[in-house]
Amino acid sequence: MKKLINDPDNVISDALQGIAAAHPDRIKVDHENRIIYRTDGPREGKVGLVSGGGSGHEPLHGGFVGVGMLDAACAGEMFTSPVPDQMMAATKAVDGGVGVLHIVKNYTGDVLNFEMAAELAEAEAGTEVRSVVTDDDVAVQDSLFTAGRRGVGVTVLLEKIVGAAAEDGATLDECFNLATRVNEQGATMGMALTSCTVPAAGKPTFELADDEMEIGIGIHGEPGRETKKLAPAKDIAAMLTEPVVSDLGLAEGDTVIAMMNGMGGTPLIELYVMYNEVAALLDAAGIKVERNLVGNYITSLEMAGCSLTLLKVDDEMLRHWDAPVNTPGLRWGV
Amino acid sequence: MAALSAFQAWMSDFAEVIGQNAEHLTDLDRAIGDGDHGSNMTRGTSKTAALAEAEEFDNSAAYLKKVGMTLVSNVGGASGPLFGTFFLRLGGALGDAEDIDAATFGKALHAGVGGVLARGKAEVGDKTMFDAWSPALEAYDAAVTDGGDLQAALQAAVDGAKQGRDATVDLVARKGRASYLGERSKGHQDPGATSTVLLLESALRTLA
Repeated sequence: MKKLINDPDNVISDALQGIAAAHPDRIKVDHENRIIYRTDGPREGKVGLVSGGGSGHEPLHGGFVGVGMLDAACAGEMFTSPVPDQMMAATKAVDGGVGVLHIVKNYTGDVLNFEMAAELAEAEAGTEVRSVVTDDDVAVQDSLFTAGRRGVGVTVLLEKIVGAAAEDGATLDECFNLATRVNEQGATMGMALTSCTVPAAGKPTFELADDEMEIGIGIHGEPGRETKKLAPAKDIAAMLTEPVVSDLGLAEGDTVIAMMNGMGGTPLIELYVMYNEVAALLDAAGIKVERNLVGNYITSLEMAGCSLTLLKVDDEMLRHWDAPVNTPGLRWGV
Repeated sequence: MAALSAFQAWMSDFAEVIGQNAEHLTDLDRAIGDGDHGSNMTRGTSKTAALAEAEEFDNSAAYLKKVGMTLVSNVGGASGPLFGTFFLRLGGALGDAEDIDAATFGKALHAGVGGVLARGKAEVGDKTMFDAWSPALEAYDAAVTDGGDLQAALQAAVDGAKQGRDATVDLVARKGRASYLGERSKGHQDPGATSTVLLLESALRTLA
Protein backbone atom coordinates (compact mmCIF):
# COMPACT_ATOMS: atom_id res chain seq x y z
CA MET A 1 0.00 0.00 0.00
CA LYS A 2 1.46 3.33 -1.10
CA LYS A 3 -0.46 6.29 0.26
CA LEU A 4 0.22 9.86 1.35
CA ILE A 5 -0.63 9.24 4.97
CA ASN A 6 1.04 9.36 8.36
CA ASP A 7 -0.77 6.49 10.01
CA PRO A 8 -3.73 4.45 8.70
CA ASP A 9 -5.59 5.18 11.94
CA ASN A 10 -5.28 8.97 11.58
CA VAL A 11 -6.16 9.54 7.94
CA ILE A 12 -9.60 11.00 8.61
CA SER A 13 -8.62 13.26 11.50
CA ASP A 14 -5.54 14.47 9.61
CA ALA A 15 -7.67 15.21 6.54
CA LEU A 16 -10.23 17.11 8.65
CA GLN A 17 -7.38 19.20 10.07
CA GLY A 18 -6.35 19.83 6.47
CA ILE A 19 -9.75 20.92 5.24
CA ALA A 20 -10.03 23.26 8.24
CA ALA A 21 -6.59 24.72 7.48
CA ALA A 22 -7.37 25.14 3.78
CA HIS A 23 -10.82 26.72 3.92
CA PRO A 24 -11.28 28.74 7.13
CA ASP A 25 -13.20 31.36 5.13
CA ARG A 26 -16.00 28.93 4.33
CA ILE A 27 -16.04 26.10 6.85
CA LYS A 28 -15.20 25.23 10.43
CA VAL A 29 -14.62 21.79 11.84
CA ASP A 30 -15.78 20.19 15.09
CA HIS A 31 -12.89 17.75 15.30
CA GLU A 32 -14.23 15.85 18.28
CA ASN A 33 -17.50 14.98 16.55
CA ARG A 34 -16.03 15.03 13.05
CA ILE A 35 -18.55 17.51 11.70
CA ILE A 36 -17.87 20.17 9.08
CA TYR A 37 -20.04 23.30 9.43
CA ARG A 38 -20.36 26.42 7.35
CA THR A 39 -18.92 29.43 9.16
CA ASP A 40 -22.04 31.60 8.94
CA GLY A 41 -24.70 29.25 10.29
CA PRO A 42 -27.20 28.63 11.64
CA ARG A 43 -29.42 31.26 10.07
CA GLU A 44 -32.77 31.97 11.66
CA GLY A 45 -35.61 30.95 9.36
CA LYS A 46 -33.46 28.87 7.02
CA VAL A 47 -33.96 25.13 6.66
CA GLY A 48 -30.80 23.34 7.76
CA LEU A 49 -29.28 20.78 5.40
CA VAL A 50 -27.30 17.97 6.99
CA SER A 51 -25.64 15.15 5.15
CA GLY A 52 -22.83 12.79 5.84
CA GLY A 53 -21.54 9.37 5.14
CA GLY A 54 -18.46 7.26 5.16
CA SER A 55 -15.17 9.01 4.42
CA GLY A 56 -13.26 8.26 1.22
CA HIS A 57 -15.72 9.95 -1.17
CA GLU A 58 -14.24 13.45 -1.02
CA PRO A 59 -15.18 16.10 -1.92
CA LEU A 60 -18.56 14.56 -0.91
CA HIS A 61 -19.88 15.55 1.66
CA GLY A 62 -17.62 17.89 3.63
CA GLY A 63 -16.42 19.62 0.48
CA PHE A 64 -19.98 20.68 -0.24
CA VAL A 65 -20.54 22.59 2.99
CA GLY A 66 -20.94 26.32 2.56
CA VAL A 67 -23.19 29.04 1.19
CA GLY A 68 -25.74 27.58 -1.23
CA MET A 69 -25.21 23.96 -0.31
CA LEU A 70 -24.94 22.01 2.98
CA ASP A 71 -24.99 23.47 6.49
CA ALA A 72 -23.18 20.49 7.98
CA ALA A 73 -21.60 17.20 6.96
CA CYS A 74 -20.73 14.32 9.28
CA ALA A 75 -17.64 12.32 8.41
CA GLY A 76 -17.77 8.62 9.21
CA GLU A 77 -14.92 6.16 9.26
CA MET A 78 -13.61 5.10 5.86
CA PHE A 79 -16.59 3.81 3.84
CA THR A 80 -18.57 3.48 7.07
CA SER A 81 -21.63 5.48 8.05
CA PRO A 82 -21.20 8.15 10.72
CA VAL A 83 -22.93 7.44 14.03
CA PRO A 84 -26.18 8.98 15.36
CA ASP A 85 -24.32 11.14 17.92
CA GLN A 86 -22.64 13.05 15.10
CA MET A 87 -25.85 13.51 13.16
CA MET A 88 -27.73 14.64 16.26
CA ALA A 89 -25.07 17.19 17.15
CA ALA A 90 -25.07 18.50 13.57
CA THR A 91 -28.87 18.60 13.41
CA LYS A 92 -29.20 20.61 16.62
CA ALA A 93 -26.40 22.98 15.61
CA VAL A 94 -27.84 23.92 12.21
CA ASP A 95 -31.48 24.20 13.27
CA GLY A 96 -32.62 27.71 12.37
CA GLY A 97 -36.02 27.07 13.89
CA VAL A 98 -37.74 25.81 10.74
CA GLY A 99 -36.50 22.24 10.60
CA VAL A 100 -33.65 20.22 9.20
CA LEU A 101 -33.43 18.05 6.09
CA HIS A 102 -31.23 14.97 6.24
CA ILE A 103 -29.74 13.93 2.92
CA VAL A 104 -28.93 10.24 3.16
CA LYS A 105 -27.41 7.93 0.57
CA ASN A 106 -29.22 4.61 0.41
CA TYR A 107 -26.93 2.21 2.24
CA THR A 108 -28.22 0.11 5.11
CA GLY A 109 -25.77 1.61 7.59
CA ASP A 110 -26.39 5.22 6.62
CA VAL A 111 -30.16 4.76 6.66
CA LEU A 112 -30.20 3.04 10.08
CA ASN A 113 -27.90 5.60 11.71
CA PHE A 114 -29.72 8.63 10.28
CA GLU A 115 -33.05 7.07 11.33
CA MET A 116 -31.84 6.73 14.92
CA ALA A 117 -30.46 10.29 14.84
CA ALA A 118 -33.72 11.76 13.55
CA GLU A 119 -35.72 9.93 16.25
CA LEU A 120 -33.35 11.15 18.97
CA ALA A 121 -33.13 14.75 17.69
CA GLU A 122 -36.91 15.05 17.59
CA ALA A 123 -37.29 13.48 21.03
CA GLU A 124 -34.49 15.45 22.71
CA ALA A 125 -34.47 18.84 21.06
CA GLY A 126 -37.85 18.96 19.33
CA THR A 127 -36.17 19.63 16.00
CA GLU A 128 -38.36 18.75 13.04
CA VAL A 129 -36.43 16.45 10.77
CA ARG A 130 -37.29 15.11 7.33
CA SER A 131 -35.06 12.75 5.42
CA VAL A 132 -34.53 12.20 1.74
CA VAL A 133 -32.79 8.98 0.80
CA THR A 134 -31.03 9.07 -2.57
CA ASP A 135 -31.14 5.88 -4.61
CA ASP A 136 -30.08 6.66 -8.14
CA ASP A 137 -27.71 3.82 -9.05
CA VAL A 138 -29.27 1.97 -11.98
CA ALA A 139 -26.68 -0.82 -11.67
CA VAL A 140 -28.65 -2.20 -8.75
CA GLN A 141 -31.98 -3.76 -9.45
CA ASP A 142 -34.56 -2.10 -7.25
CA SER A 143 -36.56 -5.00 -5.93
CA LEU A 144 -37.59 -6.75 -2.77
CA PHE A 145 -34.46 -8.81 -3.16
CA THR A 146 -31.90 -6.07 -2.61
CA ALA A 147 -31.38 -3.24 -0.17
CA GLY A 148 -32.58 -1.09 -3.06
CA ARG A 149 -30.56 1.13 -5.33
CA ARG A 150 -27.48 2.77 -3.93
CA GLY A 151 -27.27 6.51 -3.50
CA VAL A 152 -24.47 7.90 -5.66
CA GLY A 153 -23.97 10.80 -8.10
CA VAL A 154 -27.41 12.37 -7.81
CA THR A 155 -26.54 13.18 -4.19
CA VAL A 156 -24.08 15.85 -5.43
CA LEU A 157 -26.62 17.49 -7.73
CA LEU A 158 -29.31 17.28 -5.05
CA GLU A 159 -27.15 18.95 -2.41
CA LYS A 160 -26.49 21.83 -4.83
CA ILE A 161 -30.06 22.30 -6.00
CA VAL A 162 -31.81 21.89 -2.64
CA GLY A 163 -29.04 23.90 -0.97
CA ALA A 164 -29.91 26.84 -3.22
CA ALA A 165 -33.61 26.42 -2.52
CA ALA A 166 -33.00 26.44 1.25
CA GLU A 167 -30.79 29.53 0.89
CA ASP A 168 -33.70 31.11 -0.99
CA GLY A 169 -36.08 30.56 1.93
CA ALA A 170 -37.85 27.36 0.87
CA THR A 171 -39.72 25.61 3.69
CA LEU A 172 -38.79 22.17 4.99
CA ASP A 173 -41.63 20.59 3.01
CA GLU A 174 -40.61 22.46 -0.14
CA CYS A 175 -37.00 21.35 0.31
CA PHE A 176 -38.12 17.77 0.87
CA ASN A 177 -40.39 17.77 -2.19
CA LEU A 178 -37.72 19.28 -4.42
CA ALA A 179 -35.15 16.78 -3.11
CA THR A 180 -37.53 13.91 -3.80
CA ARG A 181 -38.11 15.18 -7.34
CA VAL A 182 -34.36 15.49 -8.00
CA ASN A 183 -33.81 11.96 -6.74
CA GLU A 184 -36.62 10.60 -8.90
CA GLN A 185 -35.48 12.41 -12.03
CA GLY A 186 -31.81 11.50 -11.76
CA ALA A 187 -29.92 8.29 -12.40
CA THR A 188 -26.32 7.10 -12.36
CA MET A 189 -24.21 4.28 -13.74
CA GLY A 190 -20.57 3.73 -12.78
CA MET A 191 -17.59 1.61 -13.76
CA ALA A 192 -14.12 0.88 -12.43
CA LEU A 193 -10.75 0.09 -13.97
CA THR A 194 -9.12 -0.71 -10.63
CA SER A 195 -10.11 -1.51 -7.07
CA CYS A 196 -9.17 0.66 -4.11
CA THR A 197 -7.47 0.10 -0.77
CA VAL A 198 -8.96 1.12 2.57
CA PRO A 199 -5.91 2.29 4.58
CA ALA A 200 -6.79 0.23 7.67
CA ALA A 201 -7.24 -2.91 5.55
CA GLY A 202 -4.03 -2.40 3.60
CA LYS A 203 -5.06 -4.46 0.60
CA PRO A 204 -7.40 -3.87 -2.34
CA THR A 205 -11.09 -4.50 -1.68
CA PHE A 206 -11.48 -6.66 -4.79
CA GLU A 207 -9.29 -8.02 -7.56
CA LEU A 208 -9.46 -6.91 -11.16
CA ALA A 209 -7.10 -8.21 -13.85
CA ASP A 210 -5.15 -5.78 -16.04
CA ASP A 211 -7.45 -6.39 -19.01
CA GLU A 212 -10.71 -6.28 -17.05
CA MET A 213 -13.17 -3.65 -15.90
CA GLU A 214 -16.06 -3.75 -13.48
CA ILE A 215 -19.38 -2.40 -14.75
CA GLY A 216 -22.03 -1.18 -12.32
CA ILE A 217 -19.59 -0.31 -9.56
CA GLY A 218 -20.62 1.44 -6.36
CA ILE A 219 -18.49 3.88 -4.39
CA HIS A 220 -17.12 1.59 -1.67
CA GLY A 221 -14.86 -0.67 -3.63
CA GLU A 222 -17.60 -3.28 -3.53
CA PRO A 223 -17.68 -5.38 -6.69
CA GLY A 224 -20.16 -4.26 -9.32
CA ARG A 225 -22.71 -5.94 -11.53
CA GLU A 226 -20.36 -7.74 -13.90
CA THR A 227 -16.73 -8.00 -14.85
CA LYS A 228 -15.98 -7.41 -18.52
CA LYS A 229 -13.00 -7.20 -20.84
CA LEU A 230 -11.66 -3.69 -21.15
CA ALA A 231 -13.16 -1.78 -24.09
CA PRO A 232 -12.60 1.56 -25.87
CA ALA A 233 -14.02 4.70 -24.17
CA LYS A 234 -16.70 4.92 -26.86
CA ASP A 235 -18.09 1.50 -25.92
CA ILE A 236 -17.85 2.15 -22.18
CA ALA A 237 -19.71 5.45 -22.68
CA ALA A 238 -22.53 3.53 -24.33
CA MET A 239 -22.59 0.98 -21.47
CA LEU A 240 -23.07 3.87 -19.02
CA THR A 241 -25.36 6.10 -21.05
CA GLU A 242 -27.90 3.59 -22.30
CA PRO A 243 -29.06 2.23 -18.92
CA VAL A 244 -29.31 5.76 -17.48
CA VAL A 245 -31.27 7.13 -20.45
CA SER A 246 -33.61 4.16 -20.50
CA ASP A 247 -34.13 4.21 -16.72
CA LEU A 248 -35.15 7.88 -16.83
CA GLY A 249 -37.19 7.34 -19.97
CA LEU A 250 -35.40 10.28 -21.60
CA ALA A 251 -36.66 11.18 -25.04
CA GLU A 252 -35.85 13.63 -27.80
CA GLY A 253 -36.27 17.19 -26.58
CA ASP A 254 -35.58 16.43 -22.90
CA THR A 255 -33.06 18.60 -21.08
CA VAL A 256 -30.54 17.34 -18.52
CA ILE A 257 -27.65 18.20 -16.28
CA ALA A 258 -24.85 15.70 -17.01
CA MET A 259 -22.11 14.83 -14.55
CA MET A 260 -19.08 12.86 -15.71
CA ASN A 261 -17.62 11.98 -12.35
CA GLY A 262 -14.19 10.55 -11.64
CA MET A 263 -13.82 7.79 -9.04
CA GLY A 264 -10.64 9.33 -7.64
CA GLY A 265 -7.85 7.68 -9.61
CA THR A 266 -8.71 8.67 -13.16
CA PRO A 267 -7.05 11.71 -14.73
CA LEU A 268 -9.21 14.58 -15.96
CA ILE A 269 -8.05 14.03 -19.53
CA GLU A 270 -9.75 10.62 -19.55
CA LEU A 271 -12.91 12.08 -18.02
CA TYR A 272 -13.03 14.54 -20.92
CA VAL A 273 -12.56 11.68 -23.38
CA MET A 274 -15.53 10.00 -21.73
CA TYR A 275 -17.59 13.20 -21.58
CA ASN A 276 -17.06 13.71 -25.29
CA GLU A 277 -18.43 10.25 -26.06
CA VAL A 278 -21.39 10.65 -23.73
CA ALA A 279 -22.22 14.12 -25.13
CA ALA A 280 -22.18 12.70 -28.66
CA LEU A 281 -24.54 9.87 -27.68
CA LEU A 282 -26.95 12.27 -25.98
CA ASP A 283 -26.79 14.66 -28.92
CA ALA A 284 -27.61 11.83 -31.31
CA ALA A 285 -30.62 10.99 -29.16
CA GLY A 286 -31.80 14.59 -29.21
CA ILE A 287 -31.26 15.04 -25.46
CA LYS A 288 -30.01 18.51 -24.62
CA VAL A 289 -27.30 18.90 -21.97
CA GLU A 290 -28.15 22.24 -20.32
CA ARG A 291 -25.32 22.15 -17.77
CA ASN A 292 -22.50 19.76 -16.99
CA LEU A 293 -19.88 18.89 -14.42
CA VAL A 294 -16.69 17.04 -15.30
CA GLY A 295 -14.36 16.10 -12.47
CA ASN A 296 -14.01 14.20 -9.19
CA TYR A 297 -17.09 14.90 -7.07
CA ILE A 298 -18.06 11.59 -5.45
CA THR A 299 -15.11 9.27 -5.30
CA SER A 300 -14.01 5.91 -4.01
CA LEU A 301 -10.50 6.61 -2.69
CA GLU A 302 -7.96 5.95 -5.46
CA MET A 303 -10.23 3.81 -7.60
CA ALA A 304 -9.81 4.45 -11.33
CA GLY A 305 -13.04 4.71 -13.26
CA CYS A 306 -16.00 7.00 -13.67
CA SER A 307 -19.73 7.36 -13.31
CA LEU A 308 -22.29 9.15 -15.42
CA THR A 309 -25.20 10.94 -13.76
CA LEU A 310 -28.04 12.47 -15.73
CA LEU A 311 -30.70 14.63 -14.12
CA LYS A 312 -33.79 15.57 -16.10
CA VAL A 313 -34.22 19.24 -15.26
CA ASP A 314 -36.94 21.85 -15.30
CA ASP A 315 -36.61 25.63 -15.00
CA GLU A 316 -36.83 25.61 -11.20
CA MET A 317 -33.99 23.10 -10.87
CA LEU A 318 -31.86 25.03 -13.38
CA ARG A 319 -32.43 28.29 -11.53
CA HIS A 320 -31.24 26.66 -8.28
CA TRP A 321 -28.34 25.02 -10.10
CA ASP A 322 -27.17 28.43 -11.38
CA ALA A 323 -27.55 30.16 -8.00
CA PRO A 324 -24.34 31.15 -6.20
CA VAL A 325 -22.46 28.44 -4.33
CA ASN A 326 -19.34 28.83 -2.25
CA THR A 327 -17.99 25.56 -0.90
CA PRO A 328 -14.54 23.95 -1.04
CA GLY A 329 -15.76 21.56 -3.73
CA LEU A 330 -18.10 23.70 -5.84
CA ARG A 331 -17.91 27.44 -6.28
CA TRP A 332 -19.56 29.78 -8.75
CA GLY A 333 -21.54 32.99 -8.90
CA VAL A 334 -19.74 34.53 -5.90
CA MET B 1 -24.57 -15.20 40.49
CA ALA B 2 -24.70 -11.44 40.42
CA ALA B 3 -25.93 -10.54 36.97
CA LEU B 4 -24.02 -7.29 36.56
CA SER B 5 -20.56 -8.78 36.99
CA ALA B 6 -21.45 -11.64 34.64
CA PHE B 7 -22.57 -9.21 31.95
CA GLN B 8 -19.36 -7.24 32.41
CA ALA B 9 -17.37 -10.45 32.00
CA TRP B 10 -19.41 -11.15 28.86
CA MET B 11 -18.44 -7.83 27.31
CA SER B 12 -14.83 -8.24 28.29
CA ASP B 13 -14.71 -11.72 26.76
CA PHE B 14 -16.55 -10.55 23.64
CA ALA B 15 -14.06 -7.72 23.09
CA GLU B 16 -11.20 -10.20 23.34
CA VAL B 17 -12.80 -12.60 20.86
CA ILE B 18 -13.65 -9.81 18.41
CA GLY B 19 -10.04 -8.68 18.61
CA GLN B 20 -8.81 -12.18 17.85
CA ASN B 21 -11.25 -12.59 14.97
CA ALA B 22 -11.10 -9.08 13.55
CA GLU B 23 -9.08 -10.06 10.53
CA HIS B 24 -11.33 -13.03 9.79
CA LEU B 25 -14.44 -10.83 10.01
CA THR B 26 -12.87 -8.24 7.76
CA ASP B 27 -11.89 -10.91 5.22
CA LEU B 28 -15.46 -12.23 5.16
CA ASP B 29 -16.71 -8.68 4.69
CA ARG B 30 -14.22 -7.97 1.94
CA ALA B 31 -15.69 -10.82 -0.10
CA ILE B 32 -19.27 -9.53 -0.13
CA GLY B 33 -19.21 -6.14 1.56
CA ASP B 34 -16.67 -3.42 2.04
CA GLY B 35 -14.09 -5.04 4.24
CA ASP B 36 -14.50 -3.23 7.52
CA HIS B 37 -16.64 -5.43 9.80
CA GLY B 38 -13.67 -6.49 11.93
CA SER B 39 -12.30 -3.00 12.46
CA ASN B 40 -15.75 -1.52 13.09
CA MET B 41 -16.62 -4.16 15.70
CA THR B 42 -13.23 -3.81 17.36
CA ARG B 43 -13.73 -0.08 17.70
CA GLY B 44 -17.04 -0.65 19.49
CA THR B 45 -16.18 -3.62 21.67
CA SER B 46 -12.96 -2.11 22.96
CA LYS B 47 -15.10 0.80 24.21
CA THR B 48 -17.77 -1.42 25.78
CA ALA B 49 -15.12 -3.54 27.51
CA ALA B 50 -13.71 -0.40 29.13
CA LEU B 51 -17.10 0.71 30.50
CA ALA B 52 -16.93 -1.46 33.60
CA GLU B 53 -13.77 0.26 34.80
CA ALA B 54 -14.81 3.74 33.77
CA GLU B 55 -18.05 3.99 35.72
CA GLU B 56 -20.28 2.39 38.32
CA PHE B 57 -23.58 0.89 37.29
CA ASP B 58 -26.60 0.40 39.55
CA ASN B 59 -27.84 -2.69 37.77
CA SER B 60 -27.57 -4.88 34.69
CA ALA B 61 -30.20 -2.93 32.80
CA ALA B 62 -28.31 0.34 33.13
CA TYR B 63 -25.06 -1.34 32.15
CA LEU B 64 -26.45 -3.14 29.10
CA LYS B 65 -28.22 -0.01 27.88
CA LYS B 66 -24.93 1.84 28.13
CA VAL B 67 -23.28 -0.98 26.18
CA GLY B 68 -25.95 -0.56 23.51
CA MET B 69 -25.49 3.20 23.24
CA THR B 70 -21.71 2.77 23.17
CA LEU B 71 -21.97 0.36 20.25
CA VAL B 72 -24.37 2.67 18.42
CA SER B 73 -22.00 5.59 19.00
CA ASN B 74 -18.80 3.84 18.00
CA VAL B 75 -19.33 1.02 15.53
CA GLY B 76 -20.98 2.84 12.64
CA GLY B 77 -22.25 1.06 9.57
CA ALA B 78 -25.29 -1.19 9.94
CA SER B 79 -23.74 -3.29 12.72
CA GLY B 80 -23.67 -0.35 15.16
CA PRO B 81 -27.43 0.28 15.19
CA LEU B 82 -28.19 -3.46 15.01
CA PHE B 83 -25.95 -4.74 17.82
CA GLY B 84 -26.62 -1.50 19.72
CA THR B 85 -30.37 -1.97 19.53
CA PHE B 86 -29.94 -5.60 20.64
CA PHE B 87 -28.28 -4.51 23.89
CA LEU B 88 -30.62 -1.56 24.46
CA ARG B 89 -33.63 -3.89 24.30
CA LEU B 90 -31.87 -6.67 26.20
CA GLY B 91 -31.16 -4.26 29.04
CA GLY B 92 -34.65 -2.81 28.91
CA ALA B 93 -36.22 -6.26 29.24
CA LEU B 94 -34.02 -7.33 32.15
CA GLY B 95 -35.14 -4.41 34.25
CA ASP B 96 -33.86 -4.74 37.80
CA ALA B 97 -33.52 -8.55 37.76
CA GLU B 98 -30.70 -9.42 40.16
CA ASP B 99 -30.08 -12.98 39.14
CA ILE B 100 -30.42 -14.36 35.70
CA ASP B 101 -31.82 -17.77 34.94
CA ALA B 102 -32.76 -19.39 31.65
CA ALA B 103 -36.27 -17.92 31.65
CA THR B 104 -35.27 -14.33 32.51
CA PHE B 105 -32.47 -14.27 30.00
CA GLY B 106 -34.69 -15.89 27.37
CA LYS B 107 -37.24 -13.11 27.75
CA ALA B 108 -34.50 -10.52 27.38
CA LEU B 109 -33.01 -12.34 24.40
CA HIS B 110 -36.39 -12.22 22.65
CA ALA B 111 -36.60 -8.48 23.26
CA GLY B 112 -33.06 -7.96 21.97
CA VAL B 113 -33.57 -9.97 18.80
CA GLY B 114 -36.93 -8.24 18.34
CA GLY B 115 -34.98 -4.98 18.31
CA VAL B 116 -32.62 -6.31 15.65
CA LEU B 117 -35.64 -7.29 13.58
CA ALA B 118 -37.43 -3.96 14.01
CA ARG B 119 -34.33 -1.99 13.06
CA GLY B 120 -33.02 -4.17 10.24
CA LYS B 121 -36.32 -5.48 8.84
CA ALA B 122 -34.59 -8.64 7.67
CA GLU B 123 -36.18 -12.05 7.25
CA VAL B 124 -34.70 -15.49 7.62
CA GLY B 125 -32.86 -16.31 4.42
CA ASP B 126 -31.79 -12.74 3.62
CA LYS B 127 -28.18 -13.65 4.48
CA THR B 128 -27.83 -11.33 7.47
CA MET B 129 -27.10 -11.64 11.19
CA PHE B 130 -30.77 -12.50 11.65
CA ASP B 131 -30.04 -15.88 10.02
CA ALA B 132 -27.96 -16.68 13.11
CA TRP B 133 -30.25 -14.97 15.64
CA SER B 134 -33.45 -16.67 14.57
CA PRO B 135 -32.37 -20.35 14.91
CA ALA B 136 -30.45 -19.43 18.06
CA LEU B 137 -33.62 -18.13 19.64
CA GLU B 138 -35.64 -21.18 18.58
CA ALA B 139 -33.04 -23.57 19.95
CA TYR B 140 -32.82 -21.57 23.19
CA ASP B 141 -36.60 -21.75 23.68
CA ALA B 142 -36.67 -25.47 22.92
CA ALA B 143 -33.96 -26.13 25.49
CA VAL B 144 -35.85 -24.15 28.13
CA THR B 145 -39.05 -26.03 27.32
CA ASP B 146 -37.12 -29.26 27.83
CA GLY B 147 -36.20 -28.08 31.29
CA GLY B 148 -32.67 -27.00 30.44
CA ASP B 149 -30.83 -24.46 32.61
CA LEU B 150 -29.08 -21.33 31.34
CA GLN B 151 -25.99 -23.31 30.37
CA ALA B 152 -28.02 -25.81 28.33
CA ALA B 153 -30.11 -23.09 26.75
CA LEU B 154 -27.10 -21.00 25.75
CA GLN B 155 -25.34 -24.09 24.42
CA ALA B 156 -28.41 -24.79 22.28
CA ALA B 157 -28.46 -21.16 21.12
CA VAL B 158 -24.81 -21.36 20.09
CA ASP B 159 -25.44 -24.56 18.15
CA GLY B 160 -28.49 -23.05 16.46
CA ALA B 161 -26.61 -19.86 15.59
CA LYS B 162 -23.73 -21.85 14.11
CA GLN B 163 -26.09 -23.80 11.87
CA GLY B 164 -27.72 -20.55 10.78
CA ARG B 165 -24.33 -18.96 10.17
CA ASP B 166 -23.14 -21.92 8.09
CA ALA B 167 -26.36 -21.86 6.09
CA THR B 168 -25.67 -18.26 5.02
CA VAL B 169 -22.89 -19.55 2.77
CA ASP B 170 -25.35 -20.87 0.18
CA LEU B 171 -27.73 -17.93 0.38
CA VAL B 172 -28.09 -15.04 -2.02
CA ALA B 173 -28.03 -11.80 -0.03
CA ARG B 174 -31.23 -9.78 -0.05
CA LYS B 175 -30.36 -7.12 2.52
CA GLY B 176 -27.37 -4.93 3.21
CA ARG B 177 -24.44 -4.18 1.00
CA ALA B 178 -23.96 -7.81 -0.05
CA SER B 179 -27.36 -7.71 -1.79
CA TYR B 180 -25.81 -5.58 -4.55
CA LEU B 181 -23.84 -8.64 -5.63
CA GLY B 182 -26.91 -10.76 -6.29
CA GLU B 183 -25.93 -14.31 -7.23
CA ARG B 184 -22.27 -13.47 -6.66
CA SER B 185 -22.91 -13.26 -2.92
CA LYS B 186 -23.40 -17.05 -2.90
CA GLY B 187 -20.55 -19.11 -1.54
CA HIS B 188 -19.59 -16.61 1.15
CA GLN B 189 -20.41 -16.67 4.84
CA ASP B 190 -22.18 -13.63 6.22
CA PRO B 191 -19.92 -11.52 8.49
CA GLY B 192 -22.79 -10.33 10.74
CA ALA B 193 -24.01 -13.88 11.32
CA THR B 194 -20.41 -14.77 12.15
CA SER B 195 -20.02 -12.09 14.81
CA THR B 196 -23.43 -13.05 16.20
CA VAL B 197 -22.11 -16.58 16.84
CA LEU B 198 -19.08 -15.06 18.56
CA LEU B 199 -21.36 -13.03 20.82
CA LEU B 200 -23.41 -16.08 21.82
CA GLU B 201 -20.33 -18.27 22.36
CA SER B 202 -19.00 -15.54 24.58
CA ALA B 203 -22.31 -15.48 26.49
CA LEU B 204 -22.06 -19.24 27.03
CA ARG B 205 -18.55 -18.89 28.48
CA THR B 206 -19.40 -16.04 30.83
CA LEU B 207 -23.10 -16.06 31.76
CA ALA B 208 -23.80 -19.74 32.37
